[in-house]
Amino acid sequence: MSVEALTLILVILTFGIYIYIGWWAKARDTASFYVAGKEIPAVANGAAIAADWMSAASFISMAGLIAFMGYDGTVYLMGWTGGYVLLALLLAPYLRKFGRYTVPDFIGDRYYSNSARAVAAIATIFISLTYVAGQMRGVGIVFSRYLQVDIAVGVIIGMAIVAFFAVLGGMKGITWTQVVQYFVLILAYLIPAIAIAFQLTGNPIPQLALTFSDIAQRLSQLQVDLGLKEYIAPFQSLSAVNVFAVTLALMVGTAGLPHVIVRFYTVKNVRSARWSAGWALVFIALLYTTAPAIGVFAKYNLIESLNAKPIEEARQIEWVSKWESTGLLKLEDKNGDGNLSFTGDKNTNEVTIDRDIIVLATPEVAKLAPFIIALVAAGGLAAALSTASGLLLAMSSAVSHDLYYRVFRPNASEAQRLKVGRLMIFLAVLLAGYFGIKPPGFVGEVVAFAFGLAAASLFPAILLGIFDKRMNREGAISGILTGLLFTGIMILLMRSPQIFGTSAPVIKDFLGISAQGIGVVGMLLNFIVSFVVSRATEAPPQEIQDMVEDIRTPEIFDTVDSNTGGVRHSH
Amino acid sequence: MSANHEQQKQEYWKKNIALIRNLLIIWAVVSYLAAIILAKPFSDIQFFGVPLSFWFAQQGSILVFVVLIFYYAKRMDRLDQMITGKAEVSSTKPGKGVSS
Repeated sequence: MSVEALTLILVILTFGIYIYIGWWAKARDTASFYVAGKEIPAVANGAAIAADWMSAASFISMAGLIAFMGYDGTVYLMGWTGGYVLLALLLAPYLRKFGRYTVPDFIGDRYYSNSARAVAAIATIFISLTYVAGQMRGVGIVFSRYLQVDIAVGVIIGMAIVAFFAVLGGMKGITWTQVVQYFVLILAYLIPAIAIAFQLTGNPIPQLALTFSDIAQRLSQLQVDLGLKEYIAPFQSLSAVNVFAVTLALMVGTAGLPHVIVRFYTVKNVRSARWSAGWALVFIALLYTTAPAIGVFAKYNLIESLNAKPIEEARQIEWVSKWESTGLLKLEDKNGDGNLSFTGDKNTNEVTIDRDIIVLATPEVAKLAPFIIALVAAGGLAAALSTASGLLLAMSSAVSHDLYYRVFRPNASEAQRLKVGRLMIFLAVLLAGYFGIKPPGFVGEVVAFAFGLAAASLFPAILLGIFDKRMNREGAISGILTGLLFTGIMILLMRSPQIFGTSAPVIKDFLGISAQGIGVVGMLLNFIVSFVVSRATEAPPQEIQDMVEDIRTPEIFDTVDSNTGGVRHSH
Repeated sequence: MSANHEQQKQEYWKKNIALIRNLLIIWAVVSYLAAIILAKPFSDIQFFGVPLSFWFAQQGSILVFVVLIFYYAKRMDRLDQMITGKAEVSSTKPGKGVSS
């Protein structure tokens, strides 16, 4: 059976399961629509967080980015995992104790202000929208290669599926779909990695194969011989200050992502919130420690199988011709000698590989069975769709719950709120689809911007809300606005060629920090402005200070207090 | 709410903060110090098939992150238990369930 037919069967099968779960877990009230009825077990929540958060960027782009960046690819590896430490230690347990529906809920209540709520809701929409564009592009790439359809058609199919299970099932449907999607995507990622690790090094465990064999050294030497950068030496692609800034921006951004934070509202209690953060990182680390191994293996295989090969012979390899037809792989015989050569110089290099195809092409390059190639396609779709649905829900709840219900129509009925929630998901899907068809950049890069914005706007406000009792409304609002505006404007100026079509960026970098790391500066400004403004204005009211006290102490004290006849805080 | 509970809450929060601080120091050491600030000198130290800083950057730090979160969850579970134990002490059964 052909790869295309197998892919189609696997995709239909997995999508059938997702849709069934969406229908089975149909949400009937707002609590199950927004926070899955707060009854998700910690391990399942961990898997759902992992699928929710590991997007098309993690699955499709990341190993490719690492393969091209070498050592400096660590900005994605450490950046996207280290944030979970911040999330688990600094935010998750307290947000669960607070226990509402969304991130703007916390910001609005903690800062006793509907303006703060609205600002947080707008930041949520902005972050999620930037992020979801990358997911839809990922869906388009997978479909265009494996089903041989137009990218736009692929995006539309993806939209229809997401719309169905998200609109119907809400958070409950999404959670259980994501649990299944996690297992599809991790199997799809691990199976080819194991096969290639065994092929190249004789050790089937990719993580160990990378460390306990000389494959990384061999690749590094191969690259040096070709005039490319040394693979395992630091700061070849990025300066040290940039590696530092981008890693920090991605870590803090991860901790501030509204669609991830919301997942901690869906568990039973504070204890489950702590444990599910741990489980989430275990599930994520399975993929994230495999990715650098895939990066090395894929790069090594690609260079070995294409370098110095006659161009006509290369074109006869099936995967080469198929990827060439998508335009994501380019072979040009620039020096006219009939052979392909990899070089470090743009003008003489004859093989151009889009970073987004590394993971998708790897099984074919390594000549694995068609079933595995089909599985990778299904995995890529699972990764993109699970994240897209989480983001769509975050966007729709920011509009329907935080803006419509909490700000404009506080007396809306349960049925009205559900209806608006569903309508908003539907609109968000249309918007996401538009960006998928007209993408503003390549997948990994666009996603990194969402992290910068989250780092600069929401993270400081939430952190200060928990750890600084004196932080008030004025400080938080001015901090969020400063961080959001600074980071947004900087990214627009640094990426003006992609966004406004200028011939060169308006500014190249800020103190040596590139667009991806600029969120760190935005975050620092946010902290400073929040602190200064809050100290210059009135302290928050006593009931807010009591609320902070209450968030800091887990449920255990509530039972202690009621056992001994103490008065339980209410807020 | 009794003064005793106020005190317990203060103690709980202080221990929580100290634990968070210590774990974040480890977090910063394995990521920012070992993989970025000391990347060049650590490149000369071999860790099996790869340089030590490369290993921290692409594998080791992630493993440490996982351990940190589970350690935190475990320690906080114990702290929670300690508090319930103490609450029982103050109300009915002296001496039972206290561990530190």
